[in-house]
Amino acid sequence: MEFLIERLPLYLDGAWVTIQLTIGGSALAFVLAMVFGTLGSMKHWLPRAVATVYVEVFRGIAALVLMFWMAYALPVATGFQLEDRFAAIVALGLNVGAYGAEVVRAAINAVPKAQVEATVALNMSWFQRTRLVVLPQAWAQMLPTFGNLVIELMKATAVAYLIGVADLTAVAQQMRQGTGETIIAFVGALILYYLIAQVLISGMRLLERRANRRLGRTPSGGTGLSALLKYPAVGGGSAGVG
Amino acid sequence: MWDFEFTLEVMPDLLEGLWITVQATVMGYLIALALGLAIAMVRRVPYAGGVVHAVMEFIRTTPLLVQLVFVFLVAPSTVSGMTIGVVVLGVHYSAYTAEVYRSGIEGVAKGQWEAARALSLPARRTWGAIVLPQAIRKVIPALGNYLIAMFKDTPLLFAIGVAELLTQAQRLGAANFRVVEMYTLVGFLFLIVSIPSAILIRRLERRYAAV
Repeated sequence: MEFLIERLPLYLDGAWVTIQLTIGGSALAFVLAMVFGTLGSMKHWLPRAVATVYVEVFRGIAALVLMFWMAYALPVATGFQLEDRFAAIVALGLNVGAYGAEVVRAAINAVPKAQVEATVALNMSWFQRTRLVVLPQAWAQMLPTFGNLVIELMKATAVAYLIGVADLTAVAQQMRQGTGETIIAFVGALILYYLIAQVLISGMRLLERRANRRLGRTPSGGTGLSALLKYPAVGGGSAGVG
Repeated sequence: MWDFEFTLEVMPDLLEGLWITVQATVMGYLIALALGLAIAMVRRVPYAGGVVHAVMEFIRTTPLLVQLVFVFLVAPSTVSGMTIGVVVLGVHYSAYTAEVYRSGIEGVAKGQWEAARALSLPARRTWGAIVLPQAIRKVIPALGNYLIAMFKDTPLLFAIGVAELLTQAQRLGAANFRVVEMYTLVGFLFLIVSIPSAILIRRLERRYAAV
């Protein structure tokens, strides 16, 4: 215990890098998911083909392989060296964004047809329809799966240690090499990862509740603090990033 | 730019790495399938179920890479990296498959349990003949998704020195100063395996969703 308390500042530095990677990766993944998910839900074949190619390519390659490519192959191929942390964020964002795009596409397609027909009857433009009618409803549906993806992305950030980013995992390795206390060094890191995940889970729960309230629905899984801490249900195709 | 001769030259070594990757995936997956089912069943037992749930929750919310490296460092040096990799992969993913099984078990109509009780079937037959056949059928596509997910996590075994695809690529790339070809090839090989398997899972989904 004393061992960990003494070295807490170092661990927190590592955790901070992990959080930065998580936030950066999530932000990029979110934008990509929204763009390619919307493209994938369109009627015309061209945007749909673009979305399918993006999803299949970046979902099919492991995040670690993408990261190695960005960190080691890209500089040789283009003479353009990305900063380690930035390369990790881009790789994670591209990978998780592909999973997210499928979620967005499915959620948009799940909005009842009558809703879209009503917007046509009201002579709304495509933008008005998407912004005012389709997205608010699809949003509530995609959030639970987004919650899972954010956790998966946070876990996948550990991989960045292999391309030299000084994240929480790197700190654990450093501790181990410095002191020889393998078990304590790693358990400390695992506990911090667990805590970060719990904060993310609660945050996603709050977002979910707000989205449902705006649609006049009662949140699933009950109300109160205990419901906040529940892990979101695992859906079919939502897992396995990393 | 791209050196085709070199590509052909290293292909056998890369395919050997891919073969190890596939082996690790399949063995880990078998562990995840069996252990996940056991966990899903134990979770219905009071107290013990709660403890198991908490442990699996911890495993599921912490990175696989850290778990791999940790177990590798703590385990006696006589155990091979491959064994550790397969076991840790399997246990990690059993946290996911357990949730899938659980949703399947909860989806079995209550009347089925009640009928089994009314017929005073022993627990073994209730699970084996009534509940599990219905529960597992429904979750086959979801379980299939985790096979692909696991395949994409096997490059992490690189961190504990297993000679899988990425490890081979790194070794050959560094030895020949051809990193672009190596890492691009690894990406392609991943796509060659994961895209057809994704199509296969989608077929399974359509077939079992109809029931």
